[in-house]
Amino acid sequence: MFKNLQNLLRQNIREYGMYIALFVIMVIFTFTTNGIFISSRNLSNLLNQTGYIAVLAVGMTLVIVIRHVDLSVGFLAGFLGAIAAIALEKWGWSVYAVVPFVLGLGVIGGLITALPVARLGIPSFVASLAGWLIYRGLLLLVTESTGTISVTDPVFVAIGNGYIPDIPEIGILNGIHKVTLLLGIIGIIFYVVNEINDRRKKQNYNFDVLPMNMFAIKLLFVAALVGGVTWVLAGYNGISWTVVVVLAVVAIYHFVTTRTVLGRHIYAVGGNPEAAELSGISVKRITYIVFGSMGLLSSLSGILFTSRLQSATTTAGTLFELDAIAAAYVGGVSAAGGVGKVIGSIIGALVMLSLTSGMNLMGVGIAYQYIVRGAVLVAAVIFDVATRRGAR
Amino acid sequence: MSIPILEMRSISKTFPGVKALSDVSFQVARGEIHCLVGENGAGKSTLMKVLSGVYPHGDYSGDILFDGAVQVFKGISDSQRVGIAIIYQELALVPEMMVYENIFLGKEIRNGIVVNWNETIKRASEMLKKVGLDVNPAEKVRNLGVGKQQLVEIAKALSRDVKLLILDEPTAALNETDSENLLNLLKGLRNEGATCILITHKLKEVMAVADSVKGFRGGRTVCTLDAKKGEVSEQAMIKHMVGREIDNIYPPRKHITPGEVTLEVKNWNAYSPELGRQVLKDVAFNVRKGEIVGFAGLMGSGRTEVALSIFGNPAGYDLSGDLMIKGQKKELRGPEDAIKHGLAYVSEDRKGNGLILIQDVKQNVCLANLLEIAKRGVVDGNAEVKVANGYKSSLNIKTPTVEQKVVNLSGGNQQKVSLAKWLFVKPDVLILDEPTRGIDVGAKYEIYTIINRLAQEGMSILLISSELPEVLGMSDRVYIVASGRIAGELPIAEATQEKIMHLATN
Repeated sequence: MFKNLQNLLRQNIREYGMYIALFVIMVIFTFTTNGIFISSRNLSNLLNQTGYIAVLAVGMTLVIVIRHVDLSVGFLAGFLGAIAAIALEKWGWSVYAVVPFVLGLGVIGGLITALPVARLGIPSFVASLAGWLIYRGLLLLVTESTGTISVTDPVFVAIGNGYIPDIPEIGILNGIHKVTLLLGIIGIIFYVVNEINDRRKKQNYNFDVLPMNMFAIKLLFVAALVGGVTWVLAGYNGISWTVVVVLAVVAIYHFVTTRTVLGRHIYAVGGNPEAAELSGISVKRITYIVFGSMGLLSSLSGILFTSRLQSATTTAGTLFELDAIAAAYVGGVSAAGGVGKVIGSIIGALVMLSLTSGMNLMGVGIAYQYIVRGAVLVAAVIFDVATRRGAR
Repeated sequence: MSIPILEMRSISKTFPGVKALSDVSFQVARGEIHCLVGENGAGKSTLMKVLSGVYPHGDYSGDILFDGAVQVFKGISDSQRVGIAIIYQELALVPEMMVYENIFLGKEIRNGIVVNWNETIKRASEMLKKVGLDVNPAEKVRNLGVGKQQLVEIAKALSRDVKLLILDEPTAALNETDSENLLNLLKGLRNEGATCILITHKLKEVMAVADSVKGFRGGRTVCTLDAKKGEVSEQAMIKHMVGREIDNIYPPRKHITPGEVTLEVKNWNAYSPELGRQVLKDVAFNVRKGEIVGFAGLMGSGRTEVALSIFGNPAGYDLSGDLMIKGQKKELRGPEDAIKHGLAYVSEDRKGNGLILIQDVKQNVCLANLLEIAKRGVVDGNAEVKVANGYKSSLNIKTPTVEQKVVNLSGGNQQKVSLAKWLFVKPDVLILDEPTRGIDVGAKYEIYTIINRLAQEGMSILLISSELPEVLGMSDRVYIVASGRIAGELPIAEATQEKIMHLATN
């Protein structure tokens, strides 16, 4: 049994390596901060801070998978966040009009970046660097007359700061966020049922499945993880709207990339664009879709950030793109194209944000923080390359 | 007898799950051309990688003696230092650099810290003369044809005082003239005392140049044949390679009366804006249901361009002329559209633009027709495995599971995956571009059998091939392509190698 587990780990070391790294980092910080790191309050804040980078990392994963990069996303997020603030505060639009409007602008922004890349074969580095400059200029343009624009719309502010509502106290579990707990339990049940169904289907086809005991361990592990996180969150304010948004984005993108025809086409284009083209896949169309989705997620990131700060600033979005790219690489995306998972990038984002949060709690200076994060980035990529070579 | 220049003693090498070499011993005498023959995956290339240090000492068991001394190679640079040079099928030249820069790349002639270009150019010219290549040393490598690039590569090796030159399928990408030149060069070098190891699938070449032949099968050596003793013959080699005698390289075929015309092209012209020249001129041909039509011609004659221009024109040529599918005039907007109209194109370059090497067998097989196994855009993963397993058994793809990455398969099996991918599209017209390039005799026979079966089932097949015996052995009708035109059409009964060559070279 232990041997089985060892084998499983060895064969999937690349896949589990990231989770193990995250786990180790969390354990270390829990000790060095006397448990403050793992406290409900800190974990909740950590997840909320990860939000706007996490959604960018998801989009960036696909961009890197198809062998491109998008540097414009940070200031696009900043600019669109400012547009959202202006629309709310100056034009007096309803939040329910502003959000779809800004998301739509994001898609257009992404498609504009994709245009020279897909049509003329301009390197995306150059095209998106131009976008980086242009959006930075636009951000300054719309904020320079007023400086920081405060946002007061309660619904909009709640996206980045609010928590899902709870049912009133019922006598038991006082002080615990019951809806969060309930959602966690539903999530676990959903996961377990889904896995069991999947296993049964595979057995019907006579495919290989994990041995029963391994399967049980896997279910137990995931259930414990989800349960643990929910319990910790339920001890504070419960699940925030940011976490809901990120989970929704991850769920949709995970589904699209792993299960759909579109997802396959994206990975095929990344794996070998010529072969994909000859297989009847339009590389151009995929490029537009991926950059369009990147734009969409950039605007979502801008909304989350503006909402969290409750204001749009002249420097919003600075270096977001590099944080997102780093998260994707830490999460196992390959620069050679065709390899990388959405979930991996989310874990990558969590690893990077955990480092920041943990070191902040320890009082480590900002200078050292950058150095440590750089070291972790390069270590993660070395690990990834080394294990990939081993798998050959 | 003098000591052999190379002796390898009981070399064994294991990959996870596969024993690639078991207890292989072999010797190469000074000044001979030693040919290695065997099916793909028989262990020839693996042995050469052990020899050249790609698999460093410790990765394998056994001993290498070179020039009478035991060698421990930790990397390619170690083997280069003692005078072993290996030239792979995929050339290792920098296209944007000039010929002389490439020849001395990594071993620049210098005065102190600066490169002595004059001396470099002079020495490069000498090297080019030695390999019989008449090009300006200041030409960019990208402007040379594959055959000439190969010669540059050999010149590069010779400039480094090689004692042993290893060539891995050097003629796979060459046309007949270039191949012949190359083989003559090897013979010339041998007469001057050089030693060569030549890996090739073309037994005729072995017959032409080999002093001795080593046969491989399943990671072991199965025979050593000596040319001086008259042991080298095609029959003998095939027998040892496959472990059985093959009387007929081409499977027998029931010639059925072909049905209606499925694909017809008239007045077909293509201009390539990228190359700035006309690539196809006034091409006209047709193919019928259940018919195998051969496209013979030299490398670069425009055969692939014909195929690509029909198959949705991914290269972006300016086209004019008529393309008729089942009697109806069509304009195809891209490969996607071509597939919808029942065309399929199995590319000649399976690694370059045929397969996605980092993905597994099942993903490659299903790629061009994912909608078939998807419901509302969601791929049914189980159906995918089922489809792939179906082709795995019907085409006899040798892979442990369909989850195996394609990069790990041998050439012949990769080609079958490529074929499976296009069969899953269920085309009416199947265009095969060099379907048996670089694959071994056994796998070739299997692929020929599959092609015949498909034609019998009513598929129209366009077979592009540089190997004339293949065209003659398989086709019902042959078109000869030369400089972007159809130079002739011959029914199979009238076609001979001589006639085809005559048309192809005029």
